[in-house]
Amino acid sequence: MKRFLILASALLLLSGCSNNWGWYVVDPTTNTGWANLRFMASGAYYTIIMSLTAIVISVVVGLLVALPGLSSKRGWRMFNRTYVEIVRAVPILVLILWVYYGLPALSGITLNVFWAGVLALALSDSAFQAEIFRAGIQSIARGQYEAAQSISLNYRDTMRYVILPQAIRRILPALGNQLVYMMKMSSLVSVIGLQELTRKANELVVSEYRPLEIYTVLVLEYLVLILIVSAGVRWLERRLKASDT
Amino acid sequence: MSIISMRNVSKFFDDFQALKDVSLDVAAGERVVVCGPSGSGKSTLIRCINRLEAHEVGEIIVDGTILTDAPADLEKVRGMVGMVFQQFNLFPHLTVMDNLCLGPRRVLGLSDAEARARAMSHLQRVQIPDQADKFPRQLSGGQQQRVAIARSLCMEPRILLFDEPTSALDPEMIAEVLDVMTELASTGITMIVVTHEMGFARRVADRMVFMDKGEIVEIGAPEDVFNAPKSKRFAAFIQQILNH
Repeated sequence: MKRFLILASALLLLSGCSNNWGWYVVDPTTNTGWANLRFMASGAYYTIIMSLTAIVISVVVGLLVALPGLSSKRGWRMFNRTYVEIVRAVPILVLILWVYYGLPALSGITLNVFWAGVLALALSDSAFQAEIFRAGIQSIARGQYEAAQSISLNYRDTMRYVILPQAIRRILPALGNQLVYMMKMSSLVSVIGLQELTRKANELVVSEYRPLEIYTVLVLEYLVLILIVSAGVRWLERRLKASDT
Repeated sequence: MSIISMRNVSKFFDDFQALKDVSLDVAAGERVVVCGPSGSGKSTLIRCINRLEAHEVGEIIVDGTILTDAPADLEKVRGMVGMVFQQFNLFPHLTVMDNLCLGPRRVLGLSDAEARARAMSHLQRVQIPDQADKFPRQLSGGQQQRVAIARSLCMEPRILLFDEPTSALDPEMIAEVLDVMTELASTGITMIVVTHEMGFARRVADRMVFMDKGEIVEIGAPEDVFNAPKSKRFAAFIQQILNH
């Protein structure tokens, strides 16, 4: 991995010598280059805030959708299946456009770009979260439920104190994946004009006409963000594991 | 006056009939040992008493409460009936202390300090007070099962059900669990124990129940049934266990 990164950056630098590249647009040693870089990096604010808000909402909604999927009653399971199948079938980009342009016409509720983006991302992701939670909860041995019943715990306490704490430890890697996925998909919200990383890059390209360099920096921005998230998730996994040995 | 009364109980798993028209009365304070070959329905029998399994036919009355799916009745019965499982079923993400305190805090509404004090007294009773802050996986099988017994006791049940409590243990750990159970038996709590430990049955049981193919085949005081088994099936079963 490390070797690959060194090789890739060496290639980029080398090719920078040829006429095809114009690194000056993002050269931190010049005033304009520095200003351009800062302009691009400022998009990270919305990318991060939007992804985090959306993942929190989608985890909560996902859990609320997963629980009826585990019910012994057919009606509840049908609700879960229907929700998952329908939401999963809508492409994220389409959902973003629908929430931003369609929802106001349908319901009279107008959301600003940020909340429209959050809602679309969270909704789309919640179907996957529901499946992750369902699998995680189903992986907990039946004996755990029986032990909880044998000490008279009710359903809510059984979930809260016995089942979910164990399930969440197991699904943490999958939740980390979803957060990474969410950060990448948040780039699509640029189409409705939210000033996140991709939108900023697009705007800069329009004024500077150097797509190659600017989009390369954009790729690196996402790479850095996502490497940080991955490291954070791994740290959390280690910490949760350490807490019960 | 019996504390548990089962009347003509039948239980089906799809086409398989696990219990066939079983009737059994257990008096308060009585110690009953249930044995029988695997698949004979002995675990199902006791799991019906706290309704981990729901019976389809017949009636089960626990201390005056008829077992149905009514949440209030279930709560009442489960509050009175503790259970110890073959696989311990401790909560692996909680310390021993938290395993013991969960029920008293959330179900009985005890304060933190009260729950901890109660937990500690029961840990002392099963002789592992020094393991309170460990996690289950750090303990031996015998210690885990004793924690599980203490967890049941923390709910102060009147009836304790044991579902093959020593079957998952290494031989050298069986004695420590049986010792705790023997000590418990002397306290007047009603016990129903599914086990193959015939020595324990002879020492502790007021009555032996032998089950086969979903039916109670033989029932009586241990000395009677062991010395003069009435049925061929039970005689054969004892021979197998003793010769093993």
